Amino acid sequence: MGFVMNQEEFSKTIENLSKNYRLYAPVIKKGEGRCLDEDIVRYDFVTKAEEIELELKSDYSFKEILLPLSETLFFFTENETKVADKNTSDVLVFLRSCDLHGLRRLDDMYLRNGKEKDFFYSRIREHVQFVLIGCPHSYKDCFCVDMGANKIDEGYVFTIEPKGDGFASEIKDDDFTKYFVGQSEHVKVSYVTENETKVNVPNNVPLSIYKSDFWREYDARCIACGRCTIVCPTCTCFTMQDTFYDPNGKVGERRRVNASCMIDGYTNVAGGGEYRKPHGQRMRFKVLHKIKDYKARFGYNMCVGCGRCDMVCPEYISFSTLINKLDDQIKKEAE
Amino acid sequence: MDNAYIPFPSKVLEVIKHTETEYTFRLEFSGDVKPGQFFEVSIPKYGEAPISVSGIGENFVDLTIRRVGVVTNEVFEKYVGDTLLLRGPYGNGFDVDLYNQGETVVIAGGTGVSPVRGVIDALSKSDDPQNKYAIVGFRSPDHMLFRDDLKVWDEKLNLTVTVDGADEGYQGKIGLVTKYIPDLPIKDVNTAKAVVVGPPAMMKFSVMGLLDKGFKEENIWVSQERRMCCGLGKCGHCRIGEKYVCIDGPVFNYTESKGLID
Repeated sequence: MGFVMNQEEFSKTIENLSKNYRLYAPVIKKGEGRCLDEDIVRYDFVTKAEEIELELKSDYSFKEILLPLSETLFFFTENETKVADKNTSDVLVFLRSCDLHGLRRLDDMYLRNGKEKDFFYSRIREHVQFVLIGCPHSYKDCFCVDMGANKIDEGYVFTIEPKGDGFASEIKDDDFTKYFVGQSEHVKVSYVTENETKVNVPNNVPLSIYKSDFWREYDARCIACGRCTIVCPTCTCFTMQDTFYDPNGKVGERRRVNASCMIDGYTNVAGGGEYRKPHGQRMRFKVLHKIKDYKARFGYNMCVGCGRCDMVCPEYISFSTLINKLDDQIKKEAE
Repeated sequence: MDNAYIPFPSKVLEVIKHTETEYTFRLEFSGDVKPGQFFEVSIPKYGEAPISVSGIGENFVDLTIRRVGVVTNEVFEKYVGDTLLLRGPYGNGFDVDLYNQGETVVIAGGTGVSPVRGVIDALSKSDDPQNKYAIVGFRSPDHMLFRDDLKVWDEKLNLTVTVDGADEGYQGKIGLVTKYIPDLPIKDVNTAKAVVVGPPAMMKFSVMGLLDKGFKEENIWVSQERRMCCGLGKCGHCRIGEKYVCIDGPVFNYTESKGLID
């Protein structure tokens, strides 16, 4: 079951959806890229079909909709706290297969790791549904196929992708049929079956690789800016932060802000203790989490192969290349 | 749905000054809590910090806090009768009953004494305190914590207190805690248990010393100190490998912790 729509019909469909949902989708931000005159694609609130970017790959992931860069948890006066309000109207997020796989990782951490569900994540998550953007072709730096994130069969209400001069949607949840304007047709969502970038994820990572000189290269190359973790759809770390409105420190708010294991201060403990000072060691910590440690805990790899970290790195460090080099190194050491 | 991030106010019953930089806050609390567990303490303007439980009473918990910033004595003292905000307790904590049986040695350094204070206390009250050992190390005589406890423990079990260094004329023992491991008069190293808590280097070399002496890996426990930001297994700061110190630890059996590399 599905629909084929021309531009006008697609606009009407989005208009209909907008009446009941807040829509978040990739949007081209003109001139907001890293260099002068460069554009960037990132997530934003949309109300019109023309705003939605379905062709280009987004530079940032959808995750900030669920995990804002900075989120006020509660306000406090001396002995009282008041939980910050949240807009809890229903939301639809447009994302690709890799990101929908990434969502499962966010859910793992915030809903399943530890005894309790995360209050602040849950209260947003309950109101968010997803629209799968089809991928008729792979993009530069993508390696979703090798990470098993190129295809997904559940977790979305309908699909959308450009087709010819118009658009095509496969309906997963029949409740959404009513919003559609267009030709009813059998539609199957496209997905990538081969990427140009290939990765060999090592099956066994020996403890010796932790101490290996392999990571030394990144002591110099990596500048620990943390961009790779900020764009990553599976990185979830945060830090608690207090802000006070008065100099006496009696009235203020507690926030949580995105944090990164690549950035200075992440591991600082009282009294000046710090772990993983060399940037190469931070790289090792991050990389092995993505392709080993996470799997040991949850049963599948953390990395979904979206390749955004490759696109954003100012030092041109490629995660996929690193994985392949690591695999070679492990094989070499085993000989 | 419960919101685990909201702290509760707790009255400061007493402030005990150990050194210029280390104070114990006795805070009102009733509920289950074990030595080795920790609370997230809100310190106005500084945000939250994970602090180990250093003492447990019927209606209170002790939290020993090291001054980390430019906080004056006045700031600490004005808290008596005031309230602090708490969340917790978090973490697995020590299984005290386990260490009460047979020969046990506790090796602790500096503020690492806080989380094992309850353990040493229980050992000193056990049926066979002659089989219990504690080696406690501090940077200098001025850095000594829990002086009153040290006196009591010294009477009950086999206690060694040592300092890394001291001015001339100091009467006590000088040297790292590792110096005293080889001489422990353990009767059966195959069953003797050990608990090690302190700075990373101290833990590493103490465990090496115990293994050299013949202790079994599975009979050694360590407690890891990390920056537990949330205490709930969400924020990620305390992850080592596949483990989260705040929910899987902070107490780990050595067989588990030896594969955890920062």
